[in-house]
Amino acid sequence: MTAKNITDLSLSRRQLLKGGAALGLGAATLRLAPAWADPWGQSNAYPQGMVEGNDIALAIRRETLAINGRNTRPITINGTSPGPLIRMREGQNATLRITNLLDEPTSIHWHGLILPPQVDGAPGISFAGIAPGETFTYRFPVVQNGTYWYHSHSGLQEQLGHAGPIVIDAAEREPFRYDREHVVMLTDWTYEEPAAIFRNLKTAEGYYNFQERTVTDFLADMRENGFRETARSRAMWAQMRMSSRDIADVTGSTYTYLVNGQAPEQNWTALFKPGERLRLRFINGSAMTYFDVRIPGLRMTVVAADGQPVQPVPVDEFRIAIAETYDVIVTPEADMAYTVFAESMDRSGFARATLAPRLGMEAGVPERRRIADRGMEAMGAHGGMDHSDMAGMDPSSLAGMDHSSMAGMDHSSMTGMDHSSMAGMDHSSMAGMDHSSMAGMDHTNMAGMDHSDMQDDTSPGASEGDLLPAGDAQPGSQYDQAGIGIDPDERRILVYRDLKAFRPWPDRREPEREMEIHLTGNMERYMWSFDGKKFSEVNGPIHFRKDERLRLILVNDTMMEHPIHLHGMWMELENGAGELIPRKHTINVKPGERVSALITADAEGSWAFHCHLLYHMDAGMFRVVKVS
Amino acid sequence: MKTRIVPMASCAAFTLLAITVAHAEDGYDAQGDWPSPMAEHYAWAAGFDRLEYLFPGKGVEEALLWDFEAWYGGDHNRVYLKSEGENVQGDGAGAEFEALDLRYSRLISDFWELQGGVGYQGNVGSNDHPERFYGVIGLQGTAPYLIETSLDLKVSEDGDAWVQLEAEHDVRLTQHLYLQPRAELVASGSDVEEFHLGSGLNSLNGGLRLRYEITRKIAPYVGAYWEKSYGDTADMARTHGEPTENTGLVAGIRILF
Ligand SMILES: [Cu+2]
Repeated sequence: MTAKNITDLSLSRRQLLKGGAALGLGAATLRLAPAWADPWGQSNAYPQGMVEGNDIALAIRRETLAINGRNTRPITINGTSPGPLIRMREGQNATLRITNLLDEPTSIHWHGLILPPQVDGAPGISFAGIAPGETFTYRFPVVQNGTYWYHSHSGLQEQLGHAGPIVIDAAEREPFRYDREHVVMLTDWTYEEPAAIFRNLKTAEGYYNFQERTVTDFLADMRENGFRETARSRAMWAQMRMSSRDIADVTGSTYTYLVNGQAPEQNWTALFKPGERLRLRFINGSAMTYFDVRIPGLRMTVVAADGQPVQPVPVDEFRIAIAETYDVIVTPEADMAYTVFAESMDRSGFARATLAPRLGMEAGVPERRRIADRGMEAMGAHGGMDHSDMAGMDPSSLAGMDHSSMAGMDHSSMTGMDHSSMAGMDHSSMAGMDHSSMAGMDHTNMAGMDHSDMQDDTSPGASEGDLLPAGDAQPGSQYDQAGIGIDPDERRILVYRDLKAFRPWPDRREPEREMEIHLTGNMERYMWSFDGKKFSEVNGPIHFRKDERLRLILVNDTMMEHPIHLHGMWMELENGAGELIPRKHTINVKPGERVSALITADAEGSWAFHCHLLYHMDAGMFRVVKVS
Repeated sequence: MKTRIVPMASCAAFTLLAITVAHAEDGYDAQGDWPSPMAEHYAWAAGFDRLEYLFPGKGVEEALLWDFEAWYGGDHNRVYLKSEGENVQGDGAGAEFEALDLRYSRLISDFWELQGGVGYQGNVGSNDHPERFYGVIGLQGTAPYLIETSLDLKVSEDGDAWVQLEAEHDVRLTQHLYLQPRAELVASGSDVEEFHLGSGLNSLNGGLRLRYEITRKIAPYVGAYWEKSYGDTADMARTHGEPTENTGLVAGIRILF
């Protein structure tokens, strides 16, 4: 295929509507905000018929565009970065024609959409990629509804703004009502070239971290906790050669955090009429940034996660991992402005927008919280172990484990750790703990903790009778914690435990098989991998048997969060909600956490499976999953 | 003959690097002409850890000193070029390489790499210093308590062996200001009259530098050092009318490219 006539793509919005194409598809004129970031959003009275039978054309270019008032060279999609909102309707057949006007190959992956492998858009796995000058046509049936997004799966292009939102209208009425909706897409923009960022991460640890602990912090801690405790805690981190402030690899020192392409000073504003129910479709389309989102003065009701409806959860704040989406309903009653405040998890910056009845209004911007220190929970699955779940143990299998050496780690000196739960930690009662998984853990990453005495006990084996019932939470999960830097006493924060499917998903089979994958890394060298091996070091894909019901257990052996994404199939997050476990396309795994998901391996073909932190993926935290 | 060692070693090192470029192909559906889903990246780094001017006490000439390091490679295998040397001002002689090493390096644990290669000690451009070639085995990495460490064992073409140990640690005063104590120790297995080295402990050097990172890549610093030679080495220094102990100031810059 060759490049289409470009004028084809410069259709006016009116023509697009006439042609029955998606509303909100930006024209190819340069503008600061994407066309879909219209302040009035799309009201509920939005003419739904318009998206049916559409034929969407997108042109990918690298061009000069102002971001936060400064000329720079993002990758644009039909002239904007982030790209246009793609609006489709459940049940339609999508035709998306993508023209690559870059001088390098590109691709678009439709994140969270269930579709045939050839149109998944991951180069090297399901197709060759889109060569410069080529137009590639994606055709697939739209089998779901909700809030999703799309992004390049080629190299580091996503960091250049090659991404945009997808909204799929439901074929049947959704289980919640609203009067007006707005898409709130969060991204992290940098004026540096992504390759330079990657090199900086590779060559100098902590390159972007300007919130490391200093002598001043030491003195402050000393005043609070005494010299002994402070020195002991710091010595432990120093001995492990790690930083308790390792919260984000790339920070506000280079990032400008954007809402719908607008910097905090630009203050993207979404309008409402007082008393209206607003649906806000939050998408974390950033490359590397976890956001904590709140709207001071408004309670949000979470109604969908990763595009899928959940039982409503009223919250004041939620953490959104990279690539996740959350739909919330808010009802601003007063004739006043509200700030949508999305703080980066490491507190080095924030994205901001305003909800207001009229343009030009604004509300106060909250103070950023201070960076938190990581504590015990970051140091391995032990810390986060849910001891209460461990019943029916066989003490003999623990014989080889030297608990005294674990005790030798001074837990009391670890700030941020839940002492109460550790105090009652009775190692003699750790049954049900899967020792085989500990054996497979990369102990080298946990210096300072003496694992040498832990024996490689053979596990009871994953024979079918021993599997947890479907929907139970894994021992070691932290589903009732929001994570680092969040004080649950401060306000009501969404945690994974809160997510309950609106109704049970179709396949309620028990898992036939368990597969455990460890998330591994070496911060010193910026090496990221699964089971200690980066993509280039493994031979062959991970195999799923066609139509099997599989339990995927993810164990995070690193000190950082990883949002793990599986293409082509849903992951039903076993968060203890039984048959109402939520299904997700991206699961955040906290440091030291052990989580599991049920998968119905019905999507024959090869699929990408990776950490959605862009530079982790690029460093090798990536696998191919083959369903056959 | 000696000069052949360096190109030969570099060929060997690059061959080792090339061997590690493997691609996962078995069992994938991908067509042969498709790109790899995740390309393997090689990186490089280069910079002067120290580029400084020494203001020593009396009896010792001022000098310009450099400590340069560059590497290229992947996560596990790298090729290093290391150079340390000085140009003593007013001695009428040219600059001198204390070390010019080409090394192959392999990551052997999370924090340690094992290095091996060849090196040269002698002249830069001129011909007024004694010179020798040597083989080197080194261990480089981060010790517990975040101590950046390098330990080198060197054996010259004449069979003389000596070890060098360097350790430094960064104390973060603010997000841009660092205090860096560092220590250097040299010990030799035999007397090498030419280089004024006696057997046993040769010298100890301790320093303290205050560095301001304007950016991560450019950081000027000031500091002080203390240096003392011991045993036979001290005797040799006395014979040559050189002091055996010296305290001085430094001003310099750290640059990363
Ligand atoms: Cu990751």
